[in-house]
Amino acid sequence: MEIFGIPFSALLSQLLIGLVNGSFYAMLSLGLAVIFGLLNVINFSHGALYMMGAFLAWMGMTYFGLNYWAMLVLAPLLVGVFGIIIEKTMLRWLYKLDHLYGLLLTFGITLLLEGLFRSFYGVSGQPFETPAALQGATDLGFMILPNYRAWVVVASLVVCLATWFVIEKTKLGAYLRAGTENPKLVEAFGVNVPLMVTLTYGFGVALAGFAGVLAAPIIQVTPLMGSNLIIVVFAVVVIGGMGSIMGSILTGLGLGVIEGLTRVFYPEFSSTVVFLVMVVVLLLRPAGLFGKEK
Amino acid sequence: MKLNTIATATAFAVAAFGASCANAQVSGDSIKIGFITDMSGLYSDIDGLGGAEAIKMAIADAGVVIAGKKVEFISADHQNKADIAASKAREWFDQQGVDLLIGGTNSGANLAMAKVAAEKKKVFIAIGAGTNRLTNEECSPYTVHYAYDTVALARGTGGAIAKQGGKNWYFLTADYAFGQSLEKDTADVVKAAGGKVMGSVKHPLAASDFSSFLLQAQSSGAQILGLANAGGDAINSIKAANEFGITKKMKLAGLLIFINDIHSLGLGTTAGMYLTDGWYWDLNADTRAWSKRYFEKMKKEPSMLQAGDYSATATYLKAVKAVGSDDADKVMAQLKKTPINDMFTKNGVIRADGRMVHDMYLMEVKKQSESKYPWDYYKLVATIPGDQAYLTKAETQCKLWK
Repeated sequence: MEIFGIPFSALLSQLLIGLVNGSFYAMLSLGLAVIFGLLNVINFSHGALYMMGAFLAWMGMTYFGLNYWAMLVLAPLLVGVFGIIIEKTMLRWLYKLDHLYGLLLTFGITLLLEGLFRSFYGVSGQPFETPAALQGATDLGFMILPNYRAWVVVASLVVCLATWFVIEKTKLGAYLRAGTENPKLVEAFGVNVPLMVTLTYGFGVALAGFAGVLAAPIIQVTPLMGSNLIIVVFAVVVIGGMGSIMGSILTGLGLGVIEGLTRVFYPEFSSTVVFLVMVVVLLLRPAGLFGKEK
Repeated sequence: MKLNTIATATAFAVAAFGASCANAQVSGDSIKIGFITDMSGLYSDIDGLGGAEAIKMAIADAGVVIAGKKVEFISADHQNKADIAASKAREWFDQQGVDLLIGGTNSGANLAMAKVAAEKKKVFIAIGAGTNRLTNEECSPYTVHYAYDTVALARGTGGAIAKQGGKNWYFLTADYAFGQSLEKDTADVVKAAGGKVMGSVKHPLAASDFSSFLLQAQSSGAQILGLANAGGDAINSIKAANEFGITKKMKLAGLLIFINDIHSLGLGTTAGMYLTDGWYWDLNADTRAWSKRYFEKMKKEPSMLQAGDYSATATYLKAVKAVGSDDADKVMAQLKKTPINDMFTKNGVIRADGRMVHDMYLMEVKKQSESKYPWDYYKLVATIPGDQAYLTKAETQCKLWK
């Protein structure tokens, strides 16, 4: 069976690969959406923190002999703590100002982080072994799927859905959402809103760190890995609708698949297709696919 | 007060102008060398700051004062954008009085800079660019192409693999000037050896994931996967090819692999790979001696490009010294008639089309067990004599060499 001259099995494997890449988009855009939804900050340093997650994992394994699984927990925690420091010392002063200030600050942090890592480690990247338990590949009949890539999809879906569940379905999530609507009122009920906001930012960037560790065995761990990705991720958030949690997850996965298909039919266009989708979506639905018009 | 400032400025200008009149042989107040390369992007490790350091070493070795004038050095980052490279080059020639422009990585940027240099009649030496259009269709009397080109890479790696029976090729190509040149030149070599090109896929520069492209390559049924890309793109292609088990069925041919890439990937994933290099730090006593000095500064072994940066600068300054002037036409004439003998090349010759012809080396990446000390990565398979590595007089389209 063939579709547009491409064998069906080949198409299926491209869809699966698109899903793997889409799960990175989903995880990163989810973090951005959480931060934007609750803090109203456009976190441009997200890509740099993703890179930092990968580098921390590499450092932990290289300098301290820790294993991948330890770093999968530890690196996002460290990135989260770093995020909390940023929020406490810098970002919190900008909430009342225009979005642009937050964007500029976080963009500055990106340049700083990338510059630091570049001057210490160069851009060629660090070798990062796939953990022993996930080495090898499984023959699915229509393609050979490396076990590690399957793990990436599972891990990111679990994390994404858990995040969605906490924010949309639990009491804690309700506090968070209420806190962003009317912080004064929620504080009057005895909820510590500033602390909640700080922890939310920490959690959002920890997601980026987690994605970084997941990506480390697949792509080259280099200071530039974040900036190669972040623009696409922003486009994903815009397409999904700023601040929509489920929207960003679904859009991330969907765009991964669209991009994967483009790589088959018109490879030269594959790094542009996301932006074409963005233009079309913005023309038809200015608030994004899942966003609510305000 | 204001009048005073203007007066001082005028006096300064007169003094400066007077000085340059007195020494009409050397333009401006100094011999100025400009270096435009990728300082921050995916090609910054193979050239970048290390290249700038190598040029500074060459200036220090030549003596900072030549023909009574100080040698100055400026550098800039073109961020892999041809328009930035061209406008920076124009600004430097017009306002800074740059006499020699050295083009670092990125073929697109170098083609743009070569045009500006030709228009301004200034010496331009391309080091990091691969495209042979610089000395072929778009050759110029002011361009020298120094370290390597896509033809040499194709004839080195492509020729060696085709000779060993690797006849069916598929290309994974970076979608810009360099990748396209490299694919075309290698395809020509493969076809000439009786081989076949089963197809190719063009990926955007700095693509985020290569697995889709690699699956397409795999389903083509070709034996050899030619990687017509470089830097981070080549590294990520090789990583993904290993992960997806493609290396079990197809042999990878890295058409432009730098030592930095091998260092980053490790010998585990690269052992046995063939590659063509224009220079290797561990080739002989001269290369080792220079590399030792470089290593002390940069804590890394130099790539072919960084060594080329040094050698080109030293060669240029020697020519300036010999003719006692930095006049572009005089220096170019001197460059083209003087063989180059240094740690980079023995009897290197700059031809009429601007190609610096020197031996190229076919290398094989060592196994972990064969590597005895840090950065001990290659064993020499064959030396490709310069006159076989590059485009010949019969093949060239360059009008300057007919």
